[in-house]
Amino acid sequence: MSTDTKFGNYGGQYVPEALMPAIDELTDAYRRYVLENEDGFMDEFRDRIRDFGGRPTPLQRAEQLSARYGVDVYLKREDLLHGGAHKLNNALGQVLLAKYMGKERIIAETGAGQHGTATAMAAAHLDMPCEIYMGRRDINRQRPNVFRMRINGAEVTPVDVGRGTLKEAISETMRDWATTVETTHYVIGSIVGPAPFPAMVRDFHSVISEEIRAQSLDRLGGLPGSVVACAGGGSNTMGAFAELLDNEGVTLYAVEAGGSSLTVDEEAGVAPHSASLSTGEEGVLHGARTKLLQDSHGQIMESHSVSSGLDYSGVGPELSHLVDTGRVKPVTVGDDDALEAFHRLSQDEGIIPALETAHAFGFLEAVAGPDGDGSVEFDEPIVVNVSGRGDKDLEAAIEETEKRNLENAPRMEVFDR
Amino acid sequence: MSLDDAFDEPAFVPYLAAGDPDFESSIEYVEALARGGADVIELGLPFSEPIAEGPTIQRAVVRALDGGMTPERFFEFVEALDVDVPLVCMTYYNLLYQYGDEPVRPFVERAAEVGISGFVVPDLPAEEADLLREACDEFGLDLIFIVAPTTAGERLERIMDRVSGYVYVQARLGVTGARTSLSDHTAETLARLEDYDVPKAVGFGISTGEHAAGVVEAGADGVIVGSALVDIVADGHDNDDPTADVAARLEVLARELKAGALEGSQRRSRPERT
Ligand SMILES: Cc1ncc(COP(=O)(O)O)c(C=O)c1O
Repeated sequence: MSTDTKFGNYGGQYVPEALMPAIDELTDAYRRYVLENEDGFMDEFRDRIRDFGGRPTPLQRAEQLSARYGVDVYLKREDLLHGGAHKLNNALGQVLLAKYMGKERIIAETGAGQHGTATAMAAAHLDMPCEIYMGRRDINRQRPNVFRMRINGAEVTPVDVGRGTLKEAISETMRDWATTVETTHYVIGSIVGPAPFPAMVRDFHSVISEEIRAQSLDRLGGLPGSVVACAGGGSNTMGAFAELLDNEGVTLYAVEAGGSSLTVDEEAGVAPHSASLSTGEEGVLHGARTKLLQDSHGQIMESHSVSSGLDYSGVGPELSHLVDTGRVKPVTVGDDDALEAFHRLSQDEGIIPALETAHAFGFLEAVAGPDGDGSVEFDEPIVVNVSGRGDKDLEAAIEETEKRNLENAPRMEVFDR
Repeated sequence: MSLDDAFDEPAFVPYLAAGDPDFESSIEYVEALARGGADVIELGLPFSEPIAEGPTIQRAVVRALDGGMTPERFFEFVEALDVDVPLVCMTYYNLLYQYGDEPVRPFVERAAEVGISGFVVPDLPAEEADLLREACDEFGLDLIFIVAPTTAGERLERIMDRVSGYVYVQARLGVTGARTSLSDHTAETLARLEDYDVPKAVGFGISTGEHAAGVVEAGADGVIVGSALVDIVADGHDNDDPTADVAARLEVLARELKAGALEGSQRRSRPERT
């Protein structure tokens, strides 16, 4: 069946044979319902993402940050979407699609728990049973989201193999899917995986850049000069970029997790970062050819980031392609700078961002802040995609802040009751 | 050695992860399988993300990787083996892709050099396999594809067009792992393959001689057994058993499975059962 499954050299369908018929079936459903709006699928999606999801989300001027950096900074407030992150766009789209396809059960993996939460909400909203795989380590870092998934009626299944993060959770969900493929749809959580997932997930999220475009033209009198978004798998990144790719005047920055360092301990098989666009090499993981963190033998390396949603050894194939062609510029921000940015945005703008999102703001500070390196001359105005809110991260943020000596962090001693 | 004659009689095709739990013991384990009657041996080259494997083989992969297995070590492993049976390399695509200075070809060339007869690559569907098929043809290796219970129609034809050596018939949906009962999918899938002139080896879940007999009776030309054998390696490792004892247990189960496969074909040829 395969329509176009590639982005340049990247993409493809590298999955066990048992899944191939399901992938063909999904490709067909994607073409008919999403691309051709058969049975009014996209109309229903747009109605539901408006009424249940709360779209459109605002494009808000960040006054303090604009003053601090001397450039116009606007915030695309995906944190105000239902569930607190951009993830609902895709989760709702895919659960609805599964319904149109006549599937009976939803499975998903989650790293930060944000995609799991969005999927659990969408499944409850559309009355589908739902099981979420999550690495044991991520369960421990993201307890509030685990509770939210359970409260919305989803099963949460811990994954103990490996380091217990997103990479292992994706592998485990693929194994479940290979067993239950006839009745089950796998709602993949980013623009990763075998075709048609990367294109389809992008399409559900491209409502973000559609709104950025319309809101900018309407309110700012033109398109943004730069768009900045954090990249784990890259779904909020591609969502914010998709409808602006043809406008070469808009500079696009994908901010990756620089973790604690960009150097790698090959012996230990661990990268202390998650910067696959900036440092990775081409390979095949989880169904797609893309840029990966891997050792010289081709074994996939464990990644690291203070934010579990960026902690992934791969990245979407389309982003890999856009980086190779120069359309998207990859940059990195480390754990410390992301935490500083977390506190800055909270104090200066009254918005507690997800730790993932904080990386995007860390990039502004690193370039244009008082100690910035000035390495980039930003095209104005800048739109930063606020991919999610930080409520889920409060425990992790406090714990990580206490480990460091951050000048801009509040003291977080516990008050006696 | 070629796979041509491996299925002249119902074949027993065992799988072990090379280097599980260490290089030296693993050599003895593979040789024990050959003594036990293996007709082809599938050797796993461990990959860090084995998405087609159940818990048993996932843990074997971790043990082998912790034991220092790499693609180069794997080739040394094959060279060190003293067995008179064709060897098939079972691994994931990224390892073929990364080896050497271009994708796939250097890996296949090196595999041919050490005497590998073919490949099974569970995350490489026929649609993405042109590069590997070409390299296999160039160096005279077979490329085995998996056919699942869900595979039919155009996809089945595409696979059967590209397959050589044998087809790996996946007995049921899901991932590898020993089971205690047979799936009904097996007979259906075998029936769909009846008209294709290539040996059919059934795997996924076979753990006893009785299973093996049942599968061959249902029309298979061979049985592939992985997790049930890997379980023996895992037990031996967990209990610190001497390598020779573990090897002896592997040989016993191998004999049972081979005998099962032969028994299955006798049952098939008995007139009252047709
Ligand atoms: C708020 C938020 N932003 C970003 C990400 C990273 O994912 P992606 O790069 O696919 O947008 C996550 C992932 O969980 C997230 O929760």
